[in-house]
Amino acid sequence: MSVSATPGTATAPSLRAAWPYALLLAAGILLPFTGNDYWGIIATRAAIYWVLVAGLNLVVGFAGQLAIGYVGLLTLGAYTTAVLCARTSIGMVPALAAAGAVGAGFGVLVGLPALRLRTFYFAMGTLGFATIVTQVALAWTDVTGGGVGVPGPVLPAPFDTPWGFYAACLALAALCTWMTANIAASRFGRAFVAIRDAEVAAEVCGIGKPRMFVLVFLFSGATAGIAGGLFADLQTYITPDAFTFDLSVLFFIAILIGGRGSILGPLLGTLLLTALPEVAAPLVAWSTFLYAALLLVIVLLIPGGIASLLDWRNRRPLERDRSIVPRPELLPELLVERHRAPPLAMRDIALSFDGVHAIDGLSLTLHAGEVHGLIGPNGSGKTTTLNVICGFAQPQRGTVTLGEATLPAGAPQSRASSGIARTFQTPRLVGEARVIDNVMIGGTVTGRASFMEAALSLVRHRRDERELVRRAAIALRCVGLEALATVRCDRLQHSELRFLEIARALMLAPDFLLLDEPAAGLSAAEIEHLGRLIRAIRDRGVGVLLVEHHADMIFDVCDRVSVLNLGRELAAGTPAEIRAHREVVSAYLGG
Amino acid sequence: MLYAIIASGLATGAIYALIGITYNVMFSASRVMSFTAGQLGMLGGVFGAWFIGRLGIPVLPGTLLTLGACALVGVVTEIVAVRPVLKSLDQHLYVLSTLAFALMLQQFVAIEWSTEPQPFPRLVPFGDALVNQRFWLPVLAALVVIVVLEIMYRRTLIGRAFLAIAEDSFAARALGLPERRLRMLSFAIAGVIGGLAGFAGGGLLLAFFANGPMLSFYGFVPVALGGIGNNRGAIIGGLALGLFQQAASYMVSGLFVSVATFAVFIIMLLVAPQGLFGAPAGRRV
Repeated sequence: MSVSATPGTATAPSLRAAWPYALLLAAGILLPFTGNDYWGIIATRAAIYWVLVAGLNLVVGFAGQLAIGYVGLLTLGAYTTAVLCARTSIGMVPALAAAGAVGAGFGVLVGLPALRLRTFYFAMGTLGFATIVTQVALAWTDVTGGGVGVPGPVLPAPFDTPWGFYAACLALAALCTWMTANIAASRFGRAFVAIRDAEVAAEVCGIGKPRMFVLVFLFSGATAGIAGGLFADLQTYITPDAFTFDLSVLFFIAILIGGRGSILGPLLGTLLLTALPEVAAPLVAWSTFLYAALLLVIVLLIPGGIASLLDWRNRRPLERDRSIVPRPELLPELLVERHRAPPLAMRDIALSFDGVHAIDGLSLTLHAGEVHGLIGPNGSGKTTTLNVICGFAQPQRGTVTLGEATLPAGAPQSRASSGIARTFQTPRLVGEARVIDNVMIGGTVTGRASFMEAALSLVRHRRDERELVRRAAIALRCVGLEALATVRCDRLQHSELRFLEIARALMLAPDFLLLDEPAAGLSAAEIEHLGRLIRAIRDRGVGVLLVEHHADMIFDVCDRVSVLNLGRELAAGTPAEIRAHREVVSAYLGG
Repeated sequence: MLYAIIASGLATGAIYALIGITYNVMFSASRVMSFTAGQLGMLGGVFGAWFIGRLGIPVLPGTLLTLGACALVGVVTEIVAVRPVLKSLDQHLYVLSTLAFALMLQQFVAIEWSTEPQPFPRLVPFGDALVNQRFWLPVLAALVVIVVLEIMYRRTLIGRAFLAIAEDSFAARALGLPERRLRMLSFAIAGVIGGLAGFAGGGLLLAFFANGPMLSFYGFVPVALGGIGNNRGAIIGGLALGLFQQAASYMVSGLFVSVATFAVFIIMLLVAPQGLFGAPAGRRV
């Protein structure tokens, strides 16, 4: 197996990926020279729609939230701009900014319930919002003019002609494309996808869902509001009739046709859907019906959308006989020398689910630079112990402390910054993302650049990314997966996913690493590699808590072993002591 | 005036409640919340106006035809938009597939029927002495539906089979219950109930293609408040919503009503995401 992937080619947004955008932009710039006014209007409309869809794409395609009522935000933006221009003298550009602010505000208001609501509830909520905005626009006649409407705003010269307006819209659309592409390739974009596909793992990596949702809904709300202002200009006169639910459907379907987690796909989808009714003139009346039918076909037949059809690279077969050869000797590059962390301790933890005691008065201390094995029969409380340490489970009694500090229960996203990383019994990874992106998710909390810095690709963001890519490449080499760096994660085999989770955890350079049955499903040779890797991680001063059923591996790797039974500690000591412990042998080890 | 508020509040509330029950019946057989619930209500009105009003079919066969057509739409929903995505329920593709199918139904009606509200025929030649039939028909329909459903679920074998599937479809299949046929049957029943909502409420809602999304939303509110699958919760929630809307629109203004309904809906959901009578979510890790 060759070491083919170098970090540079692995993630840097290469020029090769940019050519479709360049081509589209060139076509957009050349369009006025055709002098075809009709196509100009359609292209203007497509650009305006894309300003909205670009933002919505981050919500739907990346964060995975089914917000189907974005026409509500478009309406708000349109009326804000139009009413401000018609009733005050502030001019359209400040009015557009106001529309962006209003859109952002309402975007968060409508979006944040997604934190608590299940999928269908959230979709319904956004649908209800869209219905109500139209009703308010119709009923609030003093401001909106009701059914009569208000005149649309006009941009100042030189953007007040159709082609001038087109140029403004095209520039804004290009800006939105660039910004969302930057976000998608940043730690924020990866965090959104992680929330979508591996929420629990995202929390362990320190990704706070509320913060991420505020960011994505602010951004997409702002683009929707601004798109609304431009839409009002295009319409020249706006009434509530202009904002039918069909528009929401169009936006939504453009993203799904394009494919989740892609920028180019939804962009092509938007162009296609805007142009389709114009090309097929006799079908105009049926356009919404066709959009809906298209949505159904896509959901049922090609859930991956255009983007998956264009993804040739991932159809190339992978090498068959791949073996994972970790290189623990590279670990020092990742886990640099530092102060030993204070011990991580659980004191007198008790936790029961509906009266069943999962853990019943357990105390456990994990020291830096030690491998601590946790064994016991099924249902003895091993995984629950990990969940208590990670903050997923809230014990009824007892505390988890790191040195002097008490770690808050029920706040899993706080653990990453305390230097605690973990893996899962069933690997939780983002199947649709590349292997290296999955690893980089592990380093999300180490990034320094803000969301806007990432969107504008400023210096600090680029430095963050370079560092993340560098560390991810090392982490992959440490666990022996570097050859698969750019492969879609869902094409890997099970044992590779186990090592990939370890690589992700190493990105944090953790003080404590909790491994939940890392050897399950591995071959004998792989288990041996894993053992060497774990010992090497310990030698860098990391405290490892190892939950395992492979007794040989436990006794081979651990410095100290605790045996659980029915949520209590049955025995604790060195591997030699445990192996000789009569009760443990009869209850668990056998022989 | 109070009298008018109560009459119209109960009537619209009963329509919402019926749509809520439609959601529930589909959900308990498939674990799928379908956007077609409100469209079935819309279709009940449109089919009724078409068969009885336009084609002049007598009321009784016209009613049966309407409900039969709605049952058929229910079954087609199951085949086209629900069954193909059941394998991956966790990906929530059903939200999209049922939304797509609901929109197709709506657009089809808009184009082939009319985009303007059409009059709905009088169904019974008597009974307008105390209250207009527009108001008491939906309430009567809701009563009949809830009584029939309760008897079916509690007393009949097929009703118990439904409950078994709702409780644990995997175990029900292991017991040899014909899960797929029962699921299609419940979608047919849901079609009848949804159609009845729009049919009995035709006098109030008229035969209008855009009633679908409105009913989908206002019919979902009682489900969300009462907890998914809880028919009594849907009835109570629906009637409460109807009365609240009518009272508020009389006392304040129509504008306030829709905003207030939405705000109450969102706030209630945030406070009790599982509904007032629902169960909490399971373990995640």
